[in-house]
Amino acid sequence: MSTITSEALAETTLLRFATAGSVDDGKSTLVGRLLHDSKSVLTDQLEAVERVSASRGQEAPDLALLTDGLRAEREQGITIDVAYRYFATPRRRFILADTPGHVQYTRNMVTGASTAELTVILVDARNGVVEQTRRHAAIAALLRVPHVVLAVNKMDLVDYEETVFARIAEEFTAYATELGVPEVTAIPISALVGDNVVEPSAHMDWYGGPTVLEHLETVPVSHDLAHCHARLPVQYVIRPQSAEHPDYRGYAGQIAAGTFRTGDEVTVLPSGRTTTITGIDLLGTLVEAAWTPQSVTLLLADDIDISRGDLLVPSKDAPAVTQDVEATVCHVADQPLTVGHRVLLKHGTRTVKAIVKDIPARLTLDDLSLHPHPGTLVANDIGRVKIRTAEPLPADSYADSRRTGSFILIDPNDGTTLTAGMAGESFAAPDPVKDASEDDGWDF
Amino acid sequence: MTTVATVATGDEGTGGAAGPYALSHLDALESEAVHIFREVAGEFENPVILFSGGKDSILMLHLALKAFAPAPVPFSLLHVDTGHNFPEVLDYRDRTVARHGLRLHVASVQDYIDRGVLRERPDGTRNPLQTVPLTEKIAAEKFDAVFGGGRRDEEKARAKERVFSLRDEFSQWNPRRQRPELWNLYNGRHAPGEHVRVFPLSNWTELDVWQYIARENIELPEIYYAHHREVFQRGGMWLTAGEWGGPKDGESVEKRLVRYRTVGDMSCTGAVDSGADTIEKVITEIAASRLTERGATRADDKLSEAAMEDRKREGYF
Repeated sequence: MSTITSEALAETTLLRFATAGSVDDGKSTLVGRLLHDSKSVLTDQLEAVERVSASRGQEAPDLALLTDGLRAEREQGITIDVAYRYFATPRRRFILADTPGHVQYTRNMVTGASTAELTVILVDARNGVVEQTRRHAAIAALLRVPHVVLAVNKMDLVDYEETVFARIAEEFTAYATELGVPEVTAIPISALVGDNVVEPSAHMDWYGGPTVLEHLETVPVSHDLAHCHARLPVQYVIRPQSAEHPDYRGYAGQIAAGTFRTGDEVTVLPSGRTTTITGIDLLGTLVEAAWTPQSVTLLLADDIDISRGDLLVPSKDAPAVTQDVEATVCHVADQPLTVGHRVLLKHGTRTVKAIVKDIPARLTLDDLSLHPHPGTLVANDIGRVKIRTAEPLPADSYADSRRTGSFILIDPNDGTTLTAGMAGESFAAPDPVKDASEDDGWDF
Repeated sequence: MTTVATVATGDEGTGGAAGPYALSHLDALESEAVHIFREVAGEFENPVILFSGGKDSILMLHLALKAFAPAPVPFSLLHVDTGHNFPEVLDYRDRTVARHGLRLHVASVQDYIDRGVLRERPDGTRNPLQTVPLTEKIAAEKFDAVFGGGRRDEEKARAKERVFSLRDEFSQWNPRRQRPELWNLYNGRHAPGEHVRVFPLSNWTELDVWQYIARENIELPEIYYAHHREVFQRGGMWLTAGEWGGPKDGESVEKRLVRYRTVGDMSCTGAVDSGADTIEKVITEIAASRLTERGATRADDKLSEAAMEDRKREGYF
């Protein structure tokens, strides 16, 4: 019992990840397998699956039925949506954004990928890299998901052939690297049988890498923050004005990127005023340093005008402030986005009026072809837009900072979230493609 | 010997995967919830926290207190009172309100029954009767953001719920009108008369809630821990005997060692057999029940069904 207690009480880390792939690729089976084999399925749920499987004459429980809620929705005509699922192992807690893979659900994939640290892209070993796979890779690249896993599924149907896996992994890795995906991990699996999902496969001696779950448990969830630009969008000014705290005045927010330290000189954007951090209140504890994604309250040396919507940045590392934003966007609403559209733009904690000045191109993710001046973007379209804002914005390039390089466009009339925006270049891939032989990896 | 892919090896052990700047899962969930509270404080005029005295609403209040300290919480509380409350929970509620100097609104189901607006159901449960008092109170007080303690792990439909969930003037949830939620950019725009239900605990699981309560040493009503109680069985659950309508003929009262996994209306919240009288034992019990869930014994099955039942009731708001 004591083992269970200490295990159950222990704090671990949290990984947010997304899956992309169609039902045919075995995504539901993979998700079902992860939930089942990590013991996150309740008895009654499992019994229901066993009953239905048996009534269909299947020998083993069909784990895809665990995610069947989605299918029922589809039949009822409700928008297929991101479903969030939760499971845990002793080593880590997982939040899975389960997204449908077809082109008409690109917006759902974009939504799921926006908060994901890792994306699992599934392919069917018999079909290899198809158009849809390229689109999933492009979305992962566009949203700058730090880790991409290529799960080559249904290896049991290709006799667990190493050459089949190697060919698919090589083709995908080359494509993804070209798009700027920083890291691809390819894993040969059979979700149905359970090979390399949670347990290592007994059929693929030639593979020496991790199982899907092992990889999910060990992939780093933080980055080298020393080189990140520190950013704090101010959410709220905390001023108790009480007898106990007559002079407390703190600027509350969640650190969007990087690290802040007591003593740092900071600049308030867009006003440009500067001051110094005198203390960092981490939910009741004074600390010397705090980093993303901690929610903190910064105490500053000078009583200057700072309010919700301002961005606090290190004075030596401030982003340029501009009223002209160029971005790659994914249109997520049913109503189209057109040139001349008056919108609201929410960036960090600041919402400003804006106008769509131009839509220079629409992008087809399957082959990355550009369609110049489409005039409008409709639901699920990816495109380039030029936006003029009513007030200056301190936007980073999305490539540098996912949190402070992103924004949403809102319809001012009915409040609809129209568009997800990523400031700067879309597929920047500034680094030349690395020679694969220089990478750390395994041989097989 | 072709290298076709790179793999992040990471160090062995938890430290390697965590890295120097990684937050623990409880710190990450706490930070996210605090961010949500502060967004609502920054963007809405008149927010309110639904507070039942159950563990999820107690957790919400704790997080809200941390989010704005040393200033007071800029929200009031709303309790939808079915009239079938556990006395321990009402006592807890009133002590909490007094200790933190909060403002408490009560929407009383009993008032609606006394006025003849709502009618008592034959089965005696008042859970479904809460909707009208809740929505009318929201309209009357002009609340524009209403915090609920619902979690996405509770059931399949909740897995689709947004953190900011728009409700029309009848408080209805329309799955077709859901706004995609991108990054942590929440969209709280709403028309007059509409409001937004906000779920700061969306990404917490039952185990996270208990772990955090243990870590932060949060006081809960004592009925969450094992105690001897006069109960009778109905629909596979142990219900507390009382004036609300139990036991009926054929149902016999017995004294058992039980605890409550969730706390709501006395008429439909079941206790579970348990000897867990400390938070460590409760956490062990929850973790253990997950481990045994695969062994489909009849006793486990019952426990699991009751747990699901509890979750659905909890997710009611």
